[in-house]
Amino acid sequence: MNTVLPRRLTIALLLLLAGLALFPAWGPLAFAAKYTFLLQKLTGIMILAILALSLDLLVGVAGLVSLGHAAFFGLGGYMLALLSPQYEAASLWVALPATMGAVALAALVVGFLAIRTAGIYFIMVTLAFGQMGYYFFNDSKLAGGSDGAYIYVKPTVEAFGTTLVNLESKQAFFFVVLGCLVAVYLLLRVVLASPFGRVLAAIGVNEGRVRGLGFDPAVYKLVAFALAGALAGLAGFLAATQYGFVSPAMLGWHQSGHVLVMVILGGMGTLFGPILGAFILELAHFGLEAVTEHWLLPMGMLVIAIVLALPKGVAGLLLQWCGKKGDGE
Amino acid sequence: MDFWFFLIQVLNGVQYGLLLFLVASGLTLIFGIMGIINLAHGAFYMLGAYLAYWLARTTGSLSAAVLLSLPIAAAIGYAIEALLVRTLYRRDHLDQVLLTYGLILIFNEATRMTWGADVHGVPVPEALNWSIKLTDTLSYPAYRLMLSGVCAVLAVGMYLVISRTRFGMWVRAGASNRDMVAALGINVKLLFGVVFAIGAALAGLAGAISTPITSVAPGMGDSVLILCFVVVVIGGVGSIKGAFLGAMLIGLADTFGKVFVPDFASFTVYGVMAAVLLWKPRGLFA
Repeated sequence: MNTVLPRRLTIALLLLLAGLALFPAWGPLAFAAKYTFLLQKLTGIMILAILALSLDLLVGVAGLVSLGHAAFFGLGGYMLALLSPQYEAASLWVALPATMGAVALAALVVGFLAIRTAGIYFIMVTLAFGQMGYYFFNDSKLAGGSDGAYIYVKPTVEAFGTTLVNLESKQAFFFVVLGCLVAVYLLLRVVLASPFGRVLAAIGVNEGRVRGLGFDPAVYKLVAFALAGALAGLAGFLAATQYGFVSPAMLGWHQSGHVLVMVILGGMGTLFGPILGAFILELAHFGLEAVTEHWLLPMGMLVIAIVLALPKGVAGLLLQWCGKKGDGE
Repeated sequence: MDFWFFLIQVLNGVQYGLLLFLVASGLTLIFGIMGIINLAHGAFYMLGAYLAYWLARTTGSLSAAVLLSLPIAAAIGYAIEALLVRTLYRRDHLDQVLLTYGLILIFNEATRMTWGADVHGVPVPEALNWSIKLTDTLSYPAYRLMLSGVCAVLAVGMYLVISRTRFGMWVRAGASNRDMVAALGINVKLLFGVVFAIGAALAGLAGAISTPITSVAPGMGDSVLILCFVVVVIGGVGSIKGAFLGAMLIGLADTFGKVFVPDFASFTVYGVMAAVLLWKPRGLFA
């Protein structure tokens, strides 16, 4: 598990990041009337990128392929909807920690049961729990059932009575999400470089040997599952804030599968790969949709072409191009 | 809850279970022998349904349509195995997941482009369009009984082929150790292609014969696929016996869930699966 990226790749990624961060500056010039729409689109993609990043910790690092990860994403969104008073704003300082805490707790419970299984059985157990979450919100009257629930007022971010960031502003929210994306990425880099992360990555490669070395893999997997769940909850919280609406579809297996495709397509275990995967998949969707209503057909071909041509995803190709110096191994 | 009502639910549950078994048996064999997680398996079910709908309209006979759609589904299955899946045997499971995910998108969109996005229906054939009267108010449609009969015959046939023939022996051997089978001089490439084609044909058949009791719509394979994965995992991956038991369990759980707890009907299936896996983490027969 390489924790240091080749220098050329780091520079390229930083340039991409800078281009993204400066979008509010060059976007209006390049796209004029469509700018606001694109700004929201990019914000939405970054939220999905956070979700993909959190899933990469499980799939790419620990070898735990979850097909129910969207359940935690949706739960995060529903927590905000439930915590927001009907026509007033919730305070971010209360709502966000409460959301992430609750989602982490849910992930601990699900993870405790799910990590008893492995391989394809783990995929299916997480799918089962995800679908249970979906039907829970779909069938119960708790938050609008299958109609979903609205969040009429976005959370406030205040300190000592003054507003720090106005989340109603699309531009400000863009930067908040960008900040979250960078923060989650850096957090996971630190986690991977830590002793905990090294053990977790070793579990992904050979669990038996890790057990032989005297570690208890179950504890590491459970902590990773809860951490990934909490970060997915953060993404769900942001998505609910952006759209002002949550629906059971956020938790469904279609969403889980979609994010899993982002992770695999982008390059598992590389952290930056899944972010690129989210952008490639969503921008391809957006671009193809503009050209033809049958966009799913070329989309399917694109996915197949990438699998056949790039065994290690887009990130694998980039790492190959940039040479693997600085790999640290 | 009287006896006849209960009997009807049992018949419905068994019929649904048998149908799921037709799809799930191919899925479990493909995973057990080739190690491929084939997400596109539900697409064959959908393809079978659309072919039956289309051929029944052109030929005017559903039985002819079902018989014609079988070789078509098998041929498409064989072609996909030979052209795409074959290149990925040495790769990670998740690459195959991604490939077959791409195939789902293509299949769904191709059917939508060919036959439109509308929901289609296929009428029950005249010869079977009658019901067996159980009481004054309750009756059971003959078509559903025939459906159960066909599925049951196929299940028994599959059991005999797998347990009694040389081909079945290769399949069983492949499921337990495919490298050893190759080393013993079996043409593994051909075996894989044939198993994939048979799986596709069985899924297509299930889709084709179920058209009179369901609606034909794009994406109809997705929900069946997920249920079949549930079945396969409950039974234990690679086990035909397990797939049969799992299919019965899920068919009955789904039917009775809809009768007794309609608000949480979809919950029951996943609840059963979670319970089984927490009790036996590798399925019932693995």
